[in-house]
Amino acid sequence: MIVSQFLVLASLLFSLGVYGLLVRRNAVTVLLAVELMLAGVNLNFIAFESVIRDSLASGQVFTIFVLTIAAAEVGIGLGIVLLIFRNRATGNVDELDLMKW
Amino acid sequence: MVNTIALAQTVLAVVEEDGAVVEAVELASGGFFAQWAGIMLLSPFVAFIAIILVGKRMKYNGAELAVGAMALNLVWSSVLFVSNMIDGIFYEVGFVVADVGQFMGRPLVFELGFVVDGLSIMMYWVVAFVSTMVFIYAVSYMQGDVRVPWFFASLSLFAGAMLVLVGAPNLIQLIIGWEGVGLASYLLIGHYWEQKENSSAAIKAFLVNKVADVGLIIGAIMIGRTLGDFRFSSIAKAAIAQDEALAGIAVAAGLLLFFGAMGKSAQFPLHVWLPDAMAGPTPVSALMHAATMVTAGIYLMGRLFPLYQNLAQDAREWMVPIAAITLFAMGLLALVTDDIKKVLAYSTVSQLGYMMVAIAVGGYTAALFHLFTHAFFKALLFLGAGSVIHSVHSNNMSDMGGLRKYMPTTYRTFVIGALSLAGIIPLAGFWSKDEILGVMGVEGYTSFMWLAIAGAFITALYMTRTVALTFHGTYKGEGVPHESPRLMTIPLVVLAVPATIAGLFNIPGVSWGSIGNFTSWIGARIVPMGDYHPSSINWGLATAGVAAAALGIALGWSLFGRDARTQQLRDTFEIPFLYPLLRNKYYIDDLYMRGLVNPIKGTVAKGIDFVNGSVIDGIVNGAAFLMGAFGRFVYQGFDQRGIDLAINATAGGTSRLGGALRFLQTGKVQHYAGAFVVGAVVLVVGFVIFT
Repeated sequence: MIVSQFLVLASLLFSLGVYGLLVRRNAVTVLLAVELMLAGVNLNFIAFESVIRDSLASGQVFTIFVLTIAAAEVGIGLGIVLLIFRNRATGNVDELDLMKW
Repeated sequence: MVNTIALAQTVLAVVEEDGAVVEAVELASGGFFAQWAGIMLLSPFVAFIAIILVGKRMKYNGAELAVGAMALNLVWSSVLFVSNMIDGIFYEVGFVVADVGQFMGRPLVFELGFVVDGLSIMMYWVVAFVSTMVFIYAVSYMQGDVRVPWFFASLSLFAGAMLVLVGAPNLIQLIIGWEGVGLASYLLIGHYWEQKENSSAAIKAFLVNKVADVGLIIGAIMIGRTLGDFRFSSIAKAAIAQDEALAGIAVAAGLLLFFGAMGKSAQFPLHVWLPDAMAGPTPVSALMHAATMVTAGIYLMGRLFPLYQNLAQDAREWMVPIAAITLFAMGLLALVTDDIKKVLAYSTVSQLGYMMVAIAVGGYTAALFHLFTHAFFKALLFLGAGSVIHSVHSNNMSDMGGLRKYMPTTYRTFVIGALSLAGIIPLAGFWSKDEILGVMGVEGYTSFMWLAIAGAFITALYMTRTVALTFHGTYKGEGVPHESPRLMTIPLVVLAVPATIAGLFNIPGVSWGSIGNFTSWIGARIVPMGDYHPSSINWGLATAGVAAAALGIALGWSLFGRDARTQQLRDTFEIPFLYPLLRNKYYIDDLYMRGLVNPIKGTVAKGIDFVNGSVIDGIVNGAAFLMGAFGRFVYQGFDQRGIDLAINATAGGTSRLGGALRFLQTGKVQHYAGAFVVGAVVLVVGFVIFT
């Protein structure tokens, strides 16, 4: 099995996520981009697991962890976005610059 | 700290009469009240501090604390006094407070403690009794005066220092108490220091005492060095055992210690401070003359009596004439003094001469008995004089006269005191004076005995003069005199009781059943005193004494009894040579002023002033100037330019940096995310390159 194929796919997914994170204006899309980055990382975990095959199955365990955290993060993130949208009638992250100096 | 010295709790004392051993008395330890007698020594100091701290806020300006401490002492010492009557007490304790190590080839420890025996119990009681009366009196006397809390604090200090002195088990603690008494007397004599003569009187008292203290300290060191021990009990035992080393220095040390006692007990020619000490408030004079100051010298002689009796007999050759001169010559001065307090002061000096002559010829009991009775009637007389002064606002008898109608209680008690002092049978003064005359005759000082009888005549004469000028005739002062308040007359009445009956406790040959007599009370010492006690009244001597006193009263009454003649007499009673001599107090003060004080003030003091003003001040001022210049240089050059600059630069730099960096905070999430990504990339690249 060739790990590099998976690694290439994973890095493409991660880069796509970074791109989306930095470029898209819609807050929901930004969260989706973060999910893409996490998917890339998960793919790496699984790929290395299938090569190393350690007795504790750490790659799969970490993947489960990441999925759990990601679900929680999306839950909170979408909640925040929803509230901001309700208060300010916009989901554009460019306009959310209240925390500057 | 807690190492106690041996407690000689039960020893045998031998009471002798007429030189023969009559009975051997086993001394008791005194129980609780003796073991905790230190509380008596400390309570006035507690009162002293408490009055200073809270006295101002109390109703009677802290007087209640002073009276309370003294009342406690009175109760405590009364218990001891009565138990000592029934069973002689001896209890001694000392706490080692400092181990000095080797001093002049001998181990030296410094102990503080107290001794409870016949002599000290008598003194505790006299001090506590007189002090309580005087303090109560002073509450009323000092009402509305200046610095009342401080006055009562000083009075407490005075009594406390005297108790420390009286309770001292060794010479060192005695010296501490001795100096404490000197300090407190200085503070109290100078109570009205706003007037120059009062503060001068205080300084004079302090300096004269200091001169005498030199003798005391050298004498104490001589004895301590010889015995390796400053304890009175060791000195007494060594004296009884005829210790050879001690015998070698006994006369010299005895005379030096006597010199110290001459200062405190105002013996000629160191008496000059005592009349001037009248500058203080009258309660102070009463306290000083009856209980707490001048008796210290007599007490020291009594405490060291075994030394004088057994080893230093030769010292008598000096002590007896000095004391005899004091008792006679100082009595004469009282005849020409107009200030009622100074009359009493000279009278005290004269009576101290009696005590000193008695102890010098070997009359331990006689001297201390006179101290005992004198304390009552002299306190009574001084408080009476204070009552008069309070009423007429003048110390001078030329402003008084006829006061018996206005102040009946003061008059009656004053007359009791005067008769007691004059030695009229059966008042207290008669018995003690008679005992002194008796012991002088027995010890072979017949000529001095006649001098003392002549002194009794003088005493009666000046006391009659005082009573006549103050209370009889017509009133010459201003305003209407009035009887003093109850708080002042009650102490007078209380003091009049012992002034009347105290003598009955030592009638020769009479012992009052199980309580014994004064001889047995103060005979409870660690060693037998071995002094002479008459077994029956010497009627011849008693008659001579009373006759002298009666003659003095008769002459005094005929001279001063009626006022018109009195006025005239006071101006014409100028016997050539004698009168100016007496008016000028034998020129002793002038001698001291011109012979000692002025040369020191003139030459030495000016020289020292020059050295102080020009040389030392120059050095100090120069140093101050240099330090000031240096300080200014450091401030302007180093502090302002160096340190401040660095601190300001740091602050300014930080501020500017913050101003620049704040533009990084855009508030846009994606900028932060971009920085994140860039950072992660840099880390990864760095990781790849460097590993």
